[in-house]
Amino acid sequence: MAGNTLYDKLWESHVVRQNDDGTSLLYVDRHLVHEVTSPQAFEGLRLAGRKLWRVDANLATADHNVPTTDRARGIADPVSRLQVETLDRNCHDYGITEFAMNDARQGIVHVIGPEQGATLPGMTVVCGDSHTSTHGAFGALAFGIGTSEVEHVLATQCLILKKAKNMRVRVEGKIPAGITAKDIVLAIIGKIGTAGGNGHAIEFAGDAIKELSVEGRMTVCNMAIEAGARAGMIAVDDKTIEYFRGRPYAPKGEMWDKAAIAWRGMTSDAQAKFDKDVVLQAADIKPQVTWGTSPEMVVPVDGAVPDPDKESDSIKRGSMQRALQYMGLKPGTAMRDIALDKIFIGSCTNSRIEDLRAAAAVVKGKKVANNIKLALVVPGSGLVKTQAEKEGLDKIFRAAGFEWREPGCSMCLAMNADRLEPGERCASTSNRNFEGRQGAGGRSHLVSPAMAAAAAIAGHFVDVREVR
Amino acid sequence: MQKFEKLTGLVMPLDRGNVDTDAIIAKQYLKSIHRTGFGPNLFDDWRYLDPGEPGMDHSQRRINPDFVLNQPRYQGAQVMLARDNFGCGSSREHAPWSLMDYGFRAIIAPSYADIFYNNSIKNGLLPIVLDSAAMDQLFRETEETPGYRLTVDLAAQTVTTPAGKVLKFEIDAFRKHCLLNGLDEIGLTLQHVDEIKTFEARRRKEAPWLFAK
Ligand code: SF4
Repeated sequence: MAGNTLYDKLWESHVVRQNDDGTSLLYVDRHLVHEVTSPQAFEGLRLAGRKLWRVDANLATADHNVPTTDRARGIADPVSRLQVETLDRNCHDYGITEFAMNDARQGIVHVIGPEQGATLPGMTVVCGDSHTSTHGAFGALAFGIGTSEVEHVLATQCLILKKAKNMRVRVEGKIPAGITAKDIVLAIIGKIGTAGGNGHAIEFAGDAIKELSVEGRMTVCNMAIEAGARAGMIAVDDKTIEYFRGRPYAPKGEMWDKAAIAWRGMTSDAQAKFDKDVVLQAADIKPQVTWGTSPEMVVPVDGAVPDPDKESDSIKRGSMQRALQYMGLKPGTAMRDIALDKIFIGSCTNSRIEDLRAAAAVVKGKKVANNIKLALVVPGSGLVKTQAEKEGLDKIFRAAGFEWREPGCSMCLAMNADRLEPGERCASTSNRNFEGRQGAGGRSHLVSPAMAAAAAIAGHFVDVREVR
Repeated sequence: MQKFEKLTGLVMPLDRGNVDTDAIIAKQYLKSIHRTGFGPNLFDDWRYLDPGEPGMDHSQRRINPDFVLNQPRYQGAQVMLARDNFGCGSSREHAPWSLMDYGFRAIIAPSYADIFYNNSIKNGLLPIVLDSAAMDQLFRETEETPGYRLTVDLAAQTVTTPAGKVLKFEIDAFRKHCLLNGLDEIGLTLQHVDEIKTFEARRRKEAPWLFAK
């Protein structure tokens, strides 16, 4: 029937049964597994004496805890080591394919899924991680789940869910020069707020979204969860399909042709109805920088830290005051005047090859400013790292004074040794600027890879469009 | 999962919006491979003045006397009042685990992040939604009244104040049923094994590339 959204189509094609109470049993095509949210699920499975429903639907990797230096020496922190070894053991016991720490294909779970073709258009993709929304960039229904749900998927290949509402965010017009996917998604979150998508699945649409590369689309969908939506998605087009050609898990030959036909249907019908519709003009978007402790606390780089006294809502005013205190910032400070201590280029938002290329282009032939204590580049996967090295990007970064590290989540959430010290200020290409996210007392400002690179060179925020 | 039926409990007000899961349970504690033991690290960064690491004796750490959780009048609280978008951020089920491990059984807020809401119910932690006006009143009464207790009745879908005012809340039928009976969702799903197998077989035929590896 005409009139369905992409989300409606994805949902309906995966309903195993409709329950009387409004919930559905939904089939899961791909389950990605990592070390942090799975141990208790495997333990639950064991305690109940249950088997894995479908071994080949699972793919695992260790990413959150792994060190980004000296891997030959293993993991120094015994608690982290135990968690990673627990994943290795669980995968071994249940026969799940795992890209373990020293596998060339290891990386951040949301980078390796698409890279391997393990996530494909039309799929339902879940993982015990909220940024699973990333995979929606390929016309898939992808969302994060908790550990009880991880166990549920392992045991039944299904989830009991209630359908969300449909929301569409259109970004119209041509993307201005120097503006990236990260700026677009931060501008969206700035507009609709971190709860703007609660209870909804967001489809990102419009000319600007179509214009983005597949990797840029992943950046946008990655942060759907920061807008409150469990799932973000983008319609399939030629770029989507071409991306998967030749990937290890993608179909080949005749099967490819069949699949490609099916994938083309992964779009919203022209008459589809959305419960909520939001429009942004690409022309209005400037490079974005967050100033506070929530991704919605964001301004253009030529802006200033806002004044809580001008906020009429008392709860919002309170959050702003707390954020400013935590961030050590005064209202009215120009974003450009904010000096930095550390730079982090990485995370499932911005650690793919295009991100590294964009950052390297800014850095090339320049030096990291003296006030920057540490500038890190952490590729999203072993394969991204190899590709970057082939292109000589590692040399560009190193020559400028960046450290070039092994793949993983790293300072995005600082579960390993990479972290901010109390009071340190960081320009980060990750997705969360929450209190303590990158290390207790650390202060995070979210930006695009090019903006982080420009800030590393200047020692403070600058408009990347002016340094080129 | 743990059942939830009815409870009368001491109330603690957490008057902040957008409380994220990183604040509820900090990343260093996620390295645990168990479901329990997170209580002493609930709200770790707000609650202690010194930095915490797993394996420490947390009873020896310096507490922040200003943080509401540490105030003597709220010791033993089982019901928490919160503001909009509580539990936003990551999918870590360690968030409800740590709230439960500390002793909370119900949260009352105007809205929650979706994944947190789900995770809570699956563990027997009841997330109640009340509108902002009702929340303002509950916050005021809790702060003004030492020993303020609320009665939460899931079957009746009500929150009752000490003065006898009854506030109705909504919850969907399936979740209510699971919570009231402490049901194991996996067990429920496994009653439909044949339907899952039929669906899977059809899908294998229609989209064989999804099963290729
Ligand atoms: S890179 Fe950061 S946001 Fe992404 S999966 Fe890892 S910890 Fe989560």
